[in-house]
Amino acid sequence: MAETFLDSSELVLNMGPQHPSTHGVLRVVLRLDGEKVMGTECIIGYLHRGVEKIAENRTYQMFAPYVDRMDYVAAVSNGLGYCLAVEKLLNVEAPPRAQTVRVALTELNRIASHLIWLGTHALDIGAITPLFYTMREREEILNIFEKYCGARLTTHAFRIGGLQYELYDGFEQDVSAFCDMFPARIDEYEELLSGNRIWVDRLTNIGVLNAAQCKQYGVTGPLLRAAGVRWDLRKAQPYSGYENYDFEIPIRENGDTYDRYIVRMQEMRQSVRILRQAIKRIEPGPIMAKVPKVIKPPVGEAYVSIEAPKGELGYYIVSDGSTQPYRVRVRPPSFVNLQALEPMAKGALVADIVAIIGTIDIVLGEVDR
Amino acid sequence: MADEQTPDAKPKPAAPAHAAPKAPPTMAAVPWDGELPGRLKERFGEQINTAASYLGQNFLVVKPEAVFDLIEYLKLEAGFDYLVDITAVDYPKRELRFDLVYILYSFERNERVRVKTEIPDGYRPRSVVDIHLTANWLEREVFDMFGISFDGHPDLRRILMPEDWTGYPLRKDYSIIQMDNRWVQENLGIESGQ
Repeated sequence: MAETFLDSSELVLNMGPQHPSTHGVLRVVLRLDGEKVMGTECIIGYLHRGVEKIAENRTYQMFAPYVDRMDYVAAVSNGLGYCLAVEKLLNVEAPPRAQTVRVALTELNRIASHLIWLGTHALDIGAITPLFYTMREREEILNIFEKYCGARLTTHAFRIGGLQYELYDGFEQDVSAFCDMFPARIDEYEELLSGNRIWVDRLTNIGVLNAAQCKQYGVTGPLLRAAGVRWDLRKAQPYSGYENYDFEIPIRENGDTYDRYIVRMQEMRQSVRILRQAIKRIEPGPIMAKVPKVIKPPVGEAYVSIEAPKGELGYYIVSDGSTQPYRVRVRPPSFVNLQALEPMAKGALVADIVAIIGTIDIVLGEVDR
Repeated sequence: MADEQTPDAKPKPAAPAHAAPKAPPTMAAVPWDGELPGRLKERFGEQINTAASYLGQNFLVVKPEAVFDLIEYLKLEAGFDYLVDITAVDYPKRELRFDLVYILYSFERNERVRVKTEIPDGYRPRSVVDIHLTANWLEREVFDMFGISFDGHPDLRRILMPEDWTGYPLRKDYSIIQMDNRWVQENLGIESGQ
């Protein structure tokens, strides 16, 4: 690599792994011509813990808490995907009460994840204030998680077959209070950012990824929707009863950083809409399906994926009929989406790189696993 | 104990030696029929070993040399334009040691299909980067974790593990506490990571 750089007028600039705008231990090697980015190379793996190897050496239940440590700002979604995959292999379905609570907690987590994204993305670009606001609202969500399961980040909220815990008294009221408070707060963020000339100028036409490129690179989630593809697994292949909820999939046309910002803001509003419906539907009943104490799925394999805040999160599990999975493959949205940094960054300016890394919304725990 | 060797010792209630060994349980998959598998079988004939469905999820088991053409055909002629994932599963006791698994999705049909192929250790499957750009990192990860080299890959290097690491961690004969001691000693300056 070095030879090709040395004999040209290009400059190689190393960014990370210790850098405030790479959102973790991501290292990006930039090839620069003046201020223009001619190419990027991501060097990842600093946070690799061998989660897939660990899975093969644990029982199905023992592995469940590990998945929370991948995308640690959306631990609930990770847990949901894993539980659904094992339930598919066992051919069981969580009871209605558990499914509704799952939807409620997952949507709360989607908002929390988007809030982290918004705060840090804005901070990268120079708007410091939104971070404080988003952390304030996220705190409300984490308080609900804490009351429910004692943990704020790595929640391990679900069990294979249902829920880890019964709801606490006042869960519905807490969520309802959050839903009443939150839309006005989104308005506040948008007032600070949406029409802000610096914000708009820094984001418009930056890091454009059109629909065809998204499909080529396997990019999903808000990035795909901002490019005009109305595709969300909650609608396309509903799970946990999402087909019964009334909500829309926000899309935009240009596929630039600004559009992805708008899409995520609207997604938070839609999540509030789902939450309001969910808390009305929580009905009394069991929270666990009939699942044996020792989980031994029949020999077979299944791929189950969900719409995590960052895109399609899939679990491909192969069972050999024993108590431990023979193979667990995690299809992480962050890992796949990060690959699209190269086409998005080509031709951009150095200052735009932080905007583009921010807009992909990666969590390195999930990229490296 | 000497007692155990005497002929008076109780015979073990083991199965008689001539009984056939119990066949290992297999996946209870059902055949996958329909327009698409029919078309594929017509086009690829003998190269498709199985078209089956398990838990409502369709998959094809094909010969390794057919994978590239099949994935290209699925993309261009059947609308499977999104390569979700590539991964492998290691069966060290099998002669064809690895299962290579491609998961595909079609936006148009809202349908998934898995393409699986069995390859021996050392076989170099053709890279599908020319069809789906996303395969770049996915194949690198399979190479990194299983040591499967893809023919025609533009940049086949390790991706998650350090570049000069030796060994392929997701192979079944790689123990969970195993590591590259030389790498750890040279780069971290410690005897062992354990």
